[in-house]
Amino acid sequence: MSTCSVSKGCFVFKPSSKKRRKSSPTADYFSEGKNDSEDSGLRFATCQLLWNQINSETKKIQEELNKQLFDNLISFLRQSDTEFQTKKIEWMCRMKSSEIPTAALVLGVNVTDHDLTFKSLSEVLQDNVTPYVVSLEAKECPGIKHLLQKLMGQLMDCCIDVDSSEEEDCVKISQKKIRCSMASLSKWYESVTKKTGSETPSKKRTSSSRHWQSPPIVVIFKDMESFTTKVLQDFIVMSGQHIHEFPLILIFGIATSPMIIHRLLPQSISSLLCIELFQSLSCKEYLATVIDKLLLTTQFPFKLSEKALQVLINIFLYHDFSVQNFIKGFQLSIVEHFYSQPLSVLCCQLLEAKKRVNSLSHSQCENIRSLPSFRRYVESQVSEKQIALLTEDNFLKEVTQTLLEDLHIYHENYFPVLRCLHVFTASLPKYPLGKQVRELHCACLGRRVWETEEYGSAVQLMRMLAKAELMAILQKCVEIFTSSSGKQFSNTIEKLEEFLARFQNLEVAETSEVQDVSVSTQKEFQKKTDLYHLQKTLLELKESKRSKKLTKFEMLRSEVVDFIDSLVRSYLVPAEMQPLNEVVYFNTANILREHLNAAPRIALHTALNNPYCYLKNQTLKSDTGCISNTAPDICIVYKLHLECGRLINLVDWLEAFSTVVTAVEGTDPASVATDQVDEIIHARFIRAVSELELLGFIKPSKQKTDHVARLTWGGC
Amino acid sequence: MPNFEHPAYPEATLLHLESMVPCRESQVSSLLSIFGERQHFTFPSIFIYGHTSSGKTYVMQTLLETLELPHVFVNCVECFTSRLLLEEILSKLQSLSSENKHGSHVPCDTFNDFVRLFKQETKDLQDQTVYIVLDKAEQLREMEANVLPGFLKLQEMSDRNVTVVFLSEIVWELFRPNTGCLEPFTLYFPDYSIGHLQKILSHYHPPEYSADFYSAYINILLGVFYTVCRDLKELRHLAVLNFTKYCEPVVRGEANERDTRRLWKNIESHLKKAMQTPTTSQKTYLQWLSAHAHVELPYYSKFLLIAAYLASYNPARTDKRFFLKHHGKIKKTNFLKKHEKTSNHLLGPKPFPLDRLLAILYSIVDNKVAPTANIFSQITSLVTLQLLTLVGHDDQLDGPKYKCTVSLDFIRAIAR
Repeated sequence: MSTCSVSKGCFVFKPSSKKRRKSSPTADYFSEGKNDSEDSGLRFATCQLLWNQINSETKKIQEELNKQLFDNLISFLRQSDTEFQTKKIEWMCRMKSSEIPTAALVLGVNVTDHDLTFKSLSEVLQDNVTPYVVSLEAKECPGIKHLLQKLMGQLMDCCIDVDSSEEEDCVKISQKKIRCSMASLSKWYESVTKKTGSETPSKKRTSSSRHWQSPPIVVIFKDMESFTTKVLQDFIVMSGQHIHEFPLILIFGIATSPMIIHRLLPQSISSLLCIELFQSLSCKEYLATVIDKLLLTTQFPFKLSEKALQVLINIFLYHDFSVQNFIKGFQLSIVEHFYSQPLSVLCCQLLEAKKRVNSLSHSQCENIRSLPSFRRYVESQVSEKQIALLTEDNFLKEVTQTLLEDLHIYHENYFPVLRCLHVFTASLPKYPLGKQVRELHCACLGRRVWETEEYGSAVQLMRMLAKAELMAILQKCVEIFTSSSGKQFSNTIEKLEEFLARFQNLEVAETSEVQDVSVSTQKEFQKKTDLYHLQKTLLELKESKRSKKLTKFEMLRSEVVDFIDSLVRSYLVPAEMQPLNEVVYFNTANILREHLNAAPRIALHTALNNPYCYLKNQTLKSDTGCISNTAPDICIVYKLHLECGRLINLVDWLEAFSTVVTAVEGTDPASVATDQVDEIIHARFIRAVSELELLGFIKPSKQKTDHVARLTWGGC
Repeated sequence: MPNFEHPAYPEATLLHLESMVPCRESQVSSLLSIFGERQHFTFPSIFIYGHTSSGKTYVMQTLLETLELPHVFVNCVECFTSRLLLEEILSKLQSLSSENKHGSHVPCDTFNDFVRLFKQETKDLQDQTVYIVLDKAEQLREMEANVLPGFLKLQEMSDRNVTVVFLSEIVWELFRPNTGCLEPFTLYFPDYSIGHLQKILSHYHPPEYSADFYSAYINILLGVFYTVCRDLKELRHLAVLNFTKYCEPVVRGEANERDTRRLWKNIESHLKKAMQTPTTSQKTYLQWLSAHAHVELPYYSKFLLIAAYLASYNPARTDKRFFLKHHGKIKKTNFLKKHEKTSNHLLGPKPFPLDRLLAILYSIVDNKVAPTANIFSQITSLVTLQLLTLVGHDDQLDGPKYKCTVSLDFIRAIAR
């Protein structure tokens, strides 16, 4: 149990006498305080469905990304297993000092993601290799004793898992006080393998198909960095003694760099290990895949606006590198969107959405009318239609259906063109529009990308691409368009293929032409020999080059670039321009920032400096600067202390406090005149000061008597 | 003519023993003379010390096994508490004296119990000296204070014919308890010389090649590696790893087994390369290491680490000068005190408070940094990644102090 107390001590918890109130289902929170006309139930169901889809998609992505790593690991395990089998026979293996096969798994600094990786790793190992997988965390193993206890405990549980018929035996073992030593471990291993060996043949077949003959014991150290040196060293020395008796494989989870092994283990110990390194995919690539599969697709109707996406990406890049947190943030934005936007009921697959439009209530129709993007749309219509849209619900519903379809088509076009443009910009020097597709996506979401300076310079650079590059890029674009589902790209594909064909034809024509030009100029040079004429011809040559006697290639190139430019202008319109974009786009980035990137110091300061912000009490509403006397004592004390220097005189502080407090309550000048401070005020002051001390703003000082030291700076 | 002479044991056994322990003849013969005959009482305790892989454990084990003396061999690292150690000794004694191998588990909590149970167990072995060998005896110092003196006086306390042998890598002086104790007989195992190594390594030649061929190979190997590595275990490992390479010309039929010169040419470059990584047990892995030493960090973590580095290696007085725009004039002369003229990098990192770290962070990051919870949690995660260390107690809530533990090269790589 946890307490809210910051101090250490013994806390007594009485069991709550009443049974806990039946927790209300989550769905109720959606409808709380809102009338039911806004489809809160349906919204909740849609939200759940969408999240489940996305969740399973992310799991799939993770599995795919980890597959390579796990396959490598398993083949390493297999290799060391065969080595263990043959060890007793060969001279070479006998002579070699026996080493413990060790896999060092470098996973990157995104520690929060590791848990999932290890979980799936141990599942994979348990399915394919061995039932005896143990994962250890540093905080569970402060000493070698705890480590062995944990190890044995987990192994005994494995034993129960593997065949339930022998459960009784195992329970007996675990009920006996296990002697935690390597000797008993090897004895246990012997007994377990013997048991499986003497099983009935049918059973044996099933088990051997899944696991290897002598399944190794795999010990995973989840966070290598946090283990103490002594524990690790002792464990390795001990297992080095027993490696002949049972196969043991260690897996080190490393967050920083493999050098940590050498910092933790001295030469004499690390020479007992046969270390092989494995590197997982970098978290940035992981994020790129996640964004690619979750955001840059029409598969899921929900979309993030530029600002919200930027917040999530910034948290990732600036703070934690954790893809799990990114996905959590994405989940939060989904929930928030469905909770706060009544029209999010339409945020589902197109056919379903069209159906739902028909059953919209009147208040929902009003909601549509009040959308800024819809208003813009109405204003652009002729006046009769405007009136119809604003008054007739049925007509509105029809228009909404077509608008939703338009939005869907917009997305279908948007993503292929975005990828196509990214293929172009990713090959440019200095990446004016960003290296990653997500940066380009953000740029296109926010504003008309073709109006930006970066786009201008990108187009300039595109006009300087070499032929080979350009052809490769065009080829890629064709692939992107053919793989996309949109039907309206058949023209585009044709056009691109035509460009490609023309580039190829050019090759033949160009070589002859170039020769022509060079021959003619050379002739001219040979004819004129005096300085004046030479100068003149050179100038002419220069002039002609500048004024563009464009080669065919250059003409074709600019044609291609113009074509791409036209694609961008017609398809990469920012989403905010689309009517009804609020239905699928989540754009309150502030909420995300508040929840995901909390600033405790700032919140504390606001609470103390401006209590109205949290208490919402009208009497507290005041101009900043002056000190209200109705504010809680601690706020008054806090504000007064902001005006002091590093050391605060308690007496002065008390006087100031009592002045402020009495200025409200007693207007009697006579009582103020007396020097004596009211005892109650004194007590209130002391309590407020000690509260400030608890919050860490001040601490008692030994430099001067009756003074406290400020622990914060600034704020005057 | 056997080196070892002892009336109690048959000559054949002694000869066999001699062949088993090359280059340790003098130690073994002195041990033999100390042990005396089976029923003789000897020293209550013997302390054997010497460097890693100087053959302490191996010699002791072979000696006791070939002479078939009743003994118990225990590794003190494995038995990390006194209870485990004592129980381990008792259970091994049990299997020694009685026929049934799986002796029942005897609970034994204190040394007093141990002495009592020990007397019971050794009743049948009255006429022979029982040897208890404690390998890696350094660990005994970390157990209860009575364990080491207890073992030293076990003979006297139990009134049995028993000798305790301690094997250790450190000298006896570091063991001696404050309260005084019975001094053991100490015996030093010196390091193997190059000649010894040559002899021992060639002793175990592979069956398919002649001893001469293998010893020529060992000669080459030692010539290359002796300067960097004298550990017998590792040398043996190296010898095995590189032997196939050495044999290649012979296997292909290009060279004769006697053609040492040719074989030397073939292996030389290979061994030189292997020498770059003396611990070849880690294979090509050191090269891999340098390639992957770089750590990717989030944006603010990088700045936090750089700030921490600056705070660790710059004196706090200079902060104002380095991180404020208008710091006023500072006289260049006598700016540094004498002791500060030595490079701060030689002195190692100094602890700094959290506030200073944050202040430096705010001044080195270009745009404004909000002190969000994420920044603070990043500091903690840097600590768990061992890039920073917390100085003082973990539970200190106000004003925690940190140290930066990364090197200048690391910071340079990050700052790029």
